[in-house]
Formats: sequence, structure tokens, C-alpha cells
Amino acid sequence: MYSKEHKLYLKSIKRNKIFIIISQIFLLIFLLTLWEVASNLGWINSFIYSSPSKVLDTIIGLHQDGNLYIHIFTTVYETLLSFGLGTLIGILIAIILWWNKTLAKIIDPFLTVINSLPKVALGPIIIIWMGANVKSIIFMALLISVIITVMNVYQAFINTDPIKIKLLKSFKANKFQILTKVVFPTNYSNIISMLKINISMSLIGIIMGELLVSKQGIGYLIMYGSQIFNLSLVMSGVILLALVATVMYYAVYAIEKLVIKN
Amino acid sequence: MKSNLLEIRNLKKIYHDKDGEILAIKDISFKIKEGEFIAIVGPSGCGKSTILSILSDLENKSDGEIIISKSNLKIGYMLQNDALFDNRTILKNTLIGLEINKNLNDEKEEKVLDLLNTYGLSEFIDKYPRNLSGGMRQRVALIRTLAVEPDILLLDEPFSALDYQTRLAVSDDVYKIIKKEKKTAIIVTHDIEEAISMADRVIVLSERPAVIKNIYSIDLPNKSTPIENRKIKEFDEYYNLIWKDLDIHV
Repeated sequence: MYSKEHKLYLKSIKRNKIFIIISQIFLLIFLLTLWEVASNLGWINSFIYSSPSKVLDTIIGLHQDGNLYIHIFTTVYETLLSFGLGTLIGILIAIILWWNKTLAKIIDPFLTVINSLPKVALGPIIIIWMGANVKSIIFMALLISVIITVMNVYQAFINTDPIKIKLLKSFKANKFQILTKVVFPTNYSNIISMLKINISMSLIGIIMGELLVSKQGIGYLIMYGSQIFNLSLVMSGVILLALVATVMYYAVYAIEKLVIKN
Repeated sequence: MKSNLLEIRNLKKIYHDKDGEILAIKDISFKIKEGEFIAIVGPSGCGKSTILSILSDLENKSDGEIIISKSNLKIGYMLQNDALFDNRTILKNTLIGLEINKNLNDEKEEKVLDLLNTYGLSEFIDKYPRNLSGGMRQRVALIRTLAVEPDILLLDEPFSALDYQTRLAVSDDVYKIIKKEKKTAIIVTHDIEEAISMADRVIVLSERPAVIKNIYSIDLPNKSTPIENRKIKEFDEYYNLIWKDLDIHV
């Protein structure tokens, strides 16, 4: 049994938590109401700034057309594809660099330059090279996620506990065994937490690609909406994107929790 | 008379880096007999750990000879830190050496399980290192080293990460296991008491570049375990001799 003081302490923690959640809900409702009222009363131009009710109508309209799910599915599918590919390719390159330190030193400045270059600037080139199709979109996302994966995973690999490597060497382990028995397993949690960054990076790349060239997807919705000056469609796209991004982030987060527990 | 297991002749080691070269070990020669327990003491940074690294092939020697009496002499290395893998169970941790040597079979695993049983770790085989105390972790590290059935054990300041009380208990523990398994061992330490209490002979090294200052045969009457040995009158005499050799100034 806990003491009275401890019960009070637990209660105060709980109360604080509830207060935070209620405040968050009220803040959201307040902002949405303010937006709605402001556009209804003409404080802001509802044609340019749209309003929550118009956004809702637009989304319902998309749902009735059946287009809503095609766009969401396209973006999610492309993101997951480039996320998977990017993670795989990135880890593979990181392994190669870990294996050959001289090669790592040689390409280090190139990696730094590519990493600091805003990838969107490569958009026009990518479209010409790959064609105005989904390949360009995936390539754009890969460019972003692969480089970051390589840098993060390589950094984790070279910071592997040297004592554990020494231990394996004392058992006459070869390089492949050092990789599979120490370097990879001890960085397992680093790699998993990198996935969280990677899913966001992939989504950024996919949306960038979709804004440049696409026939469907959330990025396409936003681009199309701005071209026909339908700002409610643009806002709907942005809100859908926020929802998709949040769901995917928490999905990876849940997987991380599940994997690290075991 | 037991035969020599290992002999080191005129060992020399130079370290290289961008700023130049450092002569770490100038000239060291000694022999070790089968079943013997040798301690190497010396001021910190004198290159005593380097000797173990060279013996276990982790570093190259610059000059000298290492003569081993039997071909395929197997060496077990116990590091300063227990280096247990958090993501492996205790059993898996102790089997890692066999795994790497591709020597893992049911018979060997049975032997390791016997060792774990004998040394009071049977209920922990499926637990993870985080569930174990510092002393137990050290025992697991020793069993991991014994699992590959080495002919000689090299212990590189194995207790330096432990607090004083635990260190006494663990060194007693490790000593008993090594004696029971009839292993030859070389321990490197900066702790004079630890060296005298455990070893048959103590080799005292000079400061860098290291040479051998003195070798003492430790003849304690009624010699038993390290903790008991510390209580013997002659213990202090050896302590004073080695202390003078090390010539420690603050």
C-alpha cells in the first residue's frame, strides 16, 4: 500500500496530464472556430483563406467521387516504397563504407555536398532524366532518404563499442563476423530510431516529387487546387497530408516500441 | 618439473603516429610454465597491456620472439571491461567465442552449461546481463573465455571497473575458478596487492620504455586463496619490495 503522500503525488501527476490533453483539444477547437468565424464574418477573404466548413465539404466531395482514397493510397504507397528502398540502400551503403574506411574518407566530401544541396533543385533534371512519371517521384524521395540514412547509420557503425570489437578479435573473428555479431546487433536500436526520421524524409521527398510531376496523390491535389485557384482543395490537401504524416510517424513509433521491447 | 608453455624473448614494441614514434616496450623476456599464475605490475602507461595484446595477436610486435611449446596454443583473453552483449542472454554471451570459431556443438554447449552450473549461474542462463551484479557479470566473462578451452588465460586488469569490496570478492572467485580448471594465467594489474595475493610470480616493469625491473617468486607459507593470502605476514614484505621497485612519486 502506498502512503497518503504518494497517492496525492500520483493524483497530481494524473491531474496535470488530463489538464494538458483538455487544453490541447480546446486550443484546436478554438483555432478552428476562429478560422470559421473569421471567414464567415468577412474578417478574412474566405476565397483565399478558405474555412473549416469548406475544407470539410471538399473532403466529403472527394469521398463521394471516390477520388479521396486513390490520392491517399498513391501517396502512402509511394512513401512506403521509397522508405523501404531508401532504408535498405542506405544501410547497404553504410555497411560498404564501414567495411572500407579509405573509401569512406574518399567519398566523405561528396556526401556532405550532396547532403547539404536542397534536393528540390534537382527536380527539373530528374524529370528530364527519368521522365514525367512516378519514377521521378520515387527517385526524388530516395535522394533525400538514402543520403541521410547512410550518414546516420555509418556514424553509428563507427561508434560501435571498441571493447566489444576487441573481444571478438581476441576470438579471431573475421570482419564479416564483427559486422554481424557486434556492429549490426549493437546498433539495432539506433537503426530502428532512424526509421522514424526516414519515414518523414520519404514523405517530404514524395510530396516534392508530386508537386513537380504527378497525376494523382496528395501533392497532386495541392498543386491542382492552386492551379485552378481552389484554395479549399489546397487546404484539404494540406490537412490530409498532416493526418497521413502523423499516422505514419506513429505507426513506425509503435513498431519501434514493439521491436525494442523484445 | 613442469614444462615451459610459453617463452617471450627480447620483446620490443614501437607505437607509431603522426607526431612520431614511441618506444613502449624496450626489452622484455620471461617464461611461463604450465599451470603457473603470473602477474605483471608496472606504472600506468608502461605497456603492460600491450604484452597481452601482442600475445593474443591483436597487435604486432616490433621485434623479439614468442616461443610456444605446442602448436595451436589457444589463448583466452579477459578484458578490462566485461563487454557482455546486452541483447544476448547469459548463455548466448558465453557461447559467442565458440560461435565465432564455428566450434559450437551440443557437446561444447553442454560443457559451458556445466561451467555455468558449477559457478552458480544456472538460474540466469536465460536472463540478460542487465539482471546481473558486477561480480556475476565478471564471472560470466570468465566463463565466456573458458568456453573456448584456452591453454592460457590473459587477464587485462579484469577487476579495475569494480569497487574495492567487490574487487576483493571477485578476484577470489576468479582465482578459484582458474585454479579449479587448472589453467595457466597471466594477469596484468596496477594493483600490487592483487598481484601478490593471486600470483606465483610477480614481474615488475619499469616506466616506459618498459624493461623488467625484478621478478619475485611469491613464497607465502600456507598459501591459499587471495583474500586469505593478504593476511599472511610475508605479504607485506613483498608489498614493500615491489612498492620500492615501482618508485611511485606523486
